[in-house]
Amino acid sequence: MNSHDPFTLALSLILSGDPGLFGIIHLSLQVSLSAVFVASLIGLPLGAAIALFRFPGRGLVITLLNALMGLPPVVAGLLVYLSLSRAGPLGQFGLLFTPTAMVIAQTLLVLPIIAALTRQAIEDLWEEYREQLQSLGSGRVRAIPTLLWDARITLITAILAGFGRASAEVGAVLIVGGNIEGVTRVMTTAIALETSKGDLPLALALGLVLLALVAAVNATAYLLGQASRRHMQ
Amino acid sequence: MSGLPAVAVQDPLLELRNVTFVRSGKVLLDRSHLVLAPHGRTVIIGPNGAGKSLLMRIAHGLLEPSTGAIVCRHNGAGAPRQAMVFQRPVLLRRSTIANVTHALALRGVPRRLRRSQAEQALARFGLDHLSHRPARILSGGEQQRLALARAWALDPDILFLDEPSSALDPAATKAVEDAVNVFHSRGTKIVMTTHDLGQARRLADEVVFMCCGRILEHTPAASFFENPATGAAATFLRGELVLDPHEPPTLPSTKG
Amino acid sequence: MRYFHRLPSLAALVLLIAASSAQVTAETPFITLASTTSTEQSGLFRHIVPEFTARTGIDVRVVAVGTGQAFAIGRRGDADALLVHHRAGEDEFVAEGYGTERRDVMYNDFVLVGPRADPAGVAEAGSIQEALAKIAESESAFASRGDDSGTHRKELQLWGMADVDPAGQWYRQLGSGMGPTLNTAAAMDAYVLTDRATWLSFRNRQNLIILFEGDESLFNPYGSIPLNPERFEWVKADLAQQWHEWLVGEEGQAAIAEYHIDGEPLFFPMSESAAGRVE
Repeated sequence: MNSHDPFTLALSLILSGDPGLFGIIHLSLQVSLSAVFVASLIGLPLGAAIALFRFPGRGLVITLLNALMGLPPVVAGLLVYLSLSRAGPLGQFGLLFTPTAMVIAQTLLVLPIIAALTRQAIEDLWEEYREQLQSLGSGRVRAIPTLLWDARITLITAILAGFGRASAEVGAVLIVGGNIEGVTRVMTTAIALETSKGDLPLALALGLVLLALVAAVNATAYLLGQASRRHMQ
Repeated sequence: MSGLPAVAVQDPLLELRNVTFVRSGKVLLDRSHLVLAPHGRTVIIGPNGAGKSLLMRIAHGLLEPSTGAIVCRHNGAGAPRQAMVFQRPVLLRRSTIANVTHALALRGVPRRLRRSQAEQALARFGLDHLSHRPARILSGGEQQRLALARAWALDPDILFLDEPSSALDPAATKAVEDAVNVFHSRGTKIVMTTHDLGQARRLADEVVFMCCGRILEHTPAASFFENPATGAAATFLRGELVLDPHEPPTLPSTKG
Repeated sequence: MRYFHRLPSLAALVLLIAASSAQVTAETPFITLASTTSTEQSGLFRHIVPEFTARTGIDVRVVAVGTGQAFAIGRRGDADALLVHHRAGEDEFVAEGYGTERRDVMYNDFVLVGPRADPAGVAEAGSIQEALAKIAESESAFASRGDDSGTHRKELQLWGMADVDPAGQWYRQLGSGMGPTLNTAAAMDAYVLTDRATWLSFRNRQNLIILFEGDESLFNPYGSIPLNPERFEWVKADLAQQWHEWLVGEEGQAAIAEYHIDGEPLFFPMSESAAGRVE
């Protein structure tokens, strides 16, 4: 295609305002942010609950949760594919090869990270706060939002880790999305495609754009954090 | 049974009846009986490992005794309100005033009243100029005063304090003792442990002396310090190491 | 918690981004076509699908995977039609009742590509079988896709015809698509069997050139198969049928013939009379 160096190529791609590229960027953000959102909605209270309550098999649950942080994306994709396929148990919803399927698969990948890290953080905090909170009349359930808010710095880092995982993976979204141009093609699958076509400079340029994207999201989170801290003084 | 007060108490506020606490086969608290009156400053003293903090936590309801009962009664309506201040203040990662409003929220105070009540409590303890600082960056003394202000906002009938000033310098310690007296003058019952005998002398109206998991004495302060009934107490007051925890303590033979 | 109020607006922003996807899908009627990576990567669909959509208003969403996976998708009823290039597999698919019928659409050919120096002397071979035999004898490096794709199945068929069982250090099974296999072959200076379409659009040739082509056995026919609505009741049978007929009809065939890269056509349309039959 061209022999530009990847950096120049990346820059010209962004500045060109190519609608195809921006469509892909938009979809990538949509899918990963949605997955992180849903995973947080479930994972934060789930992690807190596991931290605070004793139940039979608790140790096993914690070990499993930690292990699932390393769930290979392609395996997650395969499981979701088999479930959403027409021949599978959830086939009637016709979700295969749609962005929704991609969000589901990525949520599966991000949820263990958020839940496991939340569990650890909340367990440590509860250790420190338990007596005082009990003295003030807060039972475990009532303490959950208090502890989650108190651990917010650590939890936001966990959420950003989840976002990193989601936006970096290609195995899951490739299988359940099908990499359909204009419909389910995201940055990572586009990079994989261009690599397999042999257009390595373009693939690398897209990679740089993706890195810039993820850095931008992290920078936004950091600045918001700084702003709120200053607000408190 | 140990721990009978020298004087019978009318309408006791808090009673521990035949309370024991066993953990991992060890008896940490042995058949303790305690009756506390609704007002006044009760100071619990004794050597390390005597079970003072344990007794307080059981009295406050943070721990379940292995046997026995805690009876906490208000003449008039309902269960008495309680609050506790710990040796190291436990504060949330939020502003000074938010720590107080959080406690008020837990108590069920309606949202529109929380702020003003919190501000009053902070002002009472000289913390209002710090109300929007993150609580965690306050000094040790300020943090402990915040813990006390938080307790104040809850208007407790009993205030438990577990070695509240042992981590503080003398100036901060004085501030804590002044605060305790502020509670006392409002009529709050004070139950406090300390290893500082000087502090005990300054604050106590009555003394509970514990040793080896038992309450050995429960007497008015003046008579305790002048003329302790037990040999263990006498040894302790002299500042000497108290006897081997496995030996049974000397029981009072005569009562003054 | 005075900054609590910022959280809802942040959440709203995230939801807005998420929700804005809802409009993209669903309004245009579409079919899902399972096809192969080599076909998609040639760029063919970008050329012919817009013409089909302009004619019928139907969009075609192409899921491009290896031939084996395309059949698997078809067997699960996850697509509405197939466009693949493995005659035996296609016939079986229809015979087993997953598809309604199979029609010839187009063909391209495979070429044998290898290092300029040609250590096995493949360029002098009289037939593809001879060329492959020479490679095996000289134990020159050969990169195989090894992924149960149409190309891979073709390659194995040709080894069979050459009476060679490829095994040994020189025969590298990569388990990947055509593009990555070419990448690896270029890096290894190995021989590789590839479809012409992928080769024409492949940018990373390094030392590789076409060394052998034109043998009839190298022809690579493509078949279109609509999925059987009696087997899969949810299939968009009507839309898929329109695609199927357009593809083999005058317009589709012309669109296919028109598609060139650097002046070279990639695919050759099958007409009904042409001998598109390949064993």
